[in-house]
Amino acid sequence: MKLVADRLACVRGGRTLFAGLSFAVEGGEALLLLGPNGAGKTTLIRMIVGLLRPDEGRIGLDGGDAELSVGEQCHCIGHLNALKPSLTVEENARFWCCYLGGRPERIATALAAFGLAHLRDSPAAYLSAGQKRRLGLARVLVAHRPIWLLDEPAVSLDNTAQDMLTTAVARHAAAGGLVVAATHAPLGFAKSRELHLGSMARPA
Amino acid sequence: MSAFRELVRRDLELAWKEGGTIGVALGFYLVVVTLLPLGIGPDLNLLARIAPGVLWVALLLAALLSLGRMFETDLEDGSLEVLATGPLPLAGVAAAKSLAHWLTTGVPLTVLAPLLGLLLNLQPEAYGVLVLSMLAGTPAVSFIGAIGAALTLRARRGGLLLALLMLPLFVPTLIFGIEAVRASALDSDAFLPSFLILCAISLASLVLAPLAAAVALRFQLQ
Repeated sequence: MKLVADRLACVRGGRTLFAGLSFAVEGGEALLLLGPNGAGKTTLIRMIVGLLRPDEGRIGLDGGDAELSVGEQCHCIGHLNALKPSLTVEENARFWCCYLGGRPERIATALAAFGLAHLRDSPAAYLSAGQKRRLGLARVLVAHRPIWLLDEPAVSLDNTAQDMLTTAVARHAAAGGLVVAATHAPLGFAKSRELHLGSMARPA
Repeated sequence: MSAFRELVRRDLELAWKEGGTIGVALGFYLVVVTLLPLGIGPDLNLLARIAPGVLWVALLLAALLSLGRMFETDLEDGSLEVLATGPLPLAGVAAAKSLAHWLTTGVPLTVLAPLLGLLLNLQPEAYGVLVLSMLAGTPAVSFIGAIGAALTLRARRGGLLLALLMLPLFVPTLIFGIEAVRASALDSDAFLPSFLILCAISLASLVLAPLAAAVALRFQLQ
């Protein structure tokens, strides 16, 4: 499996964020998007998932499910955690599991993998920022999708939780999955390549 | 299909747990209908004549209150983006959320309407028709309203804009809804045609409105 971006260009608000951007990520690999604030890391992730259309170029997935769009094969963890405060931790996880077509028996595993098993019956409103982030991240484990797009995944995570994230990513990569992560903090992914954005930002 | 069911189920659960939206809509409906007789005086014949119209117009206004929140919370907490990349196309998401809105707003308001009919001296034979016409007409309010909710999603003070945009589109529902009730009160044959047109409007909006709402949502997510 291979995620290929071919000569992507993006213009936002009259400013060219990037142009002629090409990269390929193979199964088992992690691609780290690096660059200063405003370099277009989030924009690129939204482009891969299909929420934004590239101004030029195309994004394709070789060896994926031909019936599904690239976005439908992606887990996209953005800045927001997509949690409902009035539902419990388990109900939040269960909704995303059922909605995204995962198997319900994965919920307990996913919660345990991010250290949330003891909080399963607490409403999400009472979680700390880091715990909310963990629950947001647990979504990648409740349903299987080959591509993980993580936008600043380590925000407000403590060291233990960062290790949990690294373990989850390593396992996903070992099973042949792809990871694209925008990050400032080095996450210690074993096999990763870096893509520097921002060098080509200039007025259009 | 299971994704559709899950989304409807979650929205019903949220509406039940958070409780506010249903309560506010019902309370608003009650207050508007109660205030009106105070304003125009205790003329029972007059009240009976305007009762169907008042009940329908107030129901529309009460439904509008919660319409603006249909996609808003999901946009704010990031759920909408995840919903958009799920197995359900955006039109399906819009349809599921419209259905949930109807079940949590249209149906409770319809159930309350006959009680409020008592306050307005609604003719006894009109009660059944009132409930029937509201059950047939309110889906159009939720489904067409979803277009407005999607269009005004990022607008500041979107609620007012939503009312301006959507109320004209509810006019056909309103006219045939009121006409159906009024016709049955006069014991004429006009009930069936009005009622069938009301059903047709709802059925058409069930199919077409989610498509339009999906286009607006796609635009809002960019």
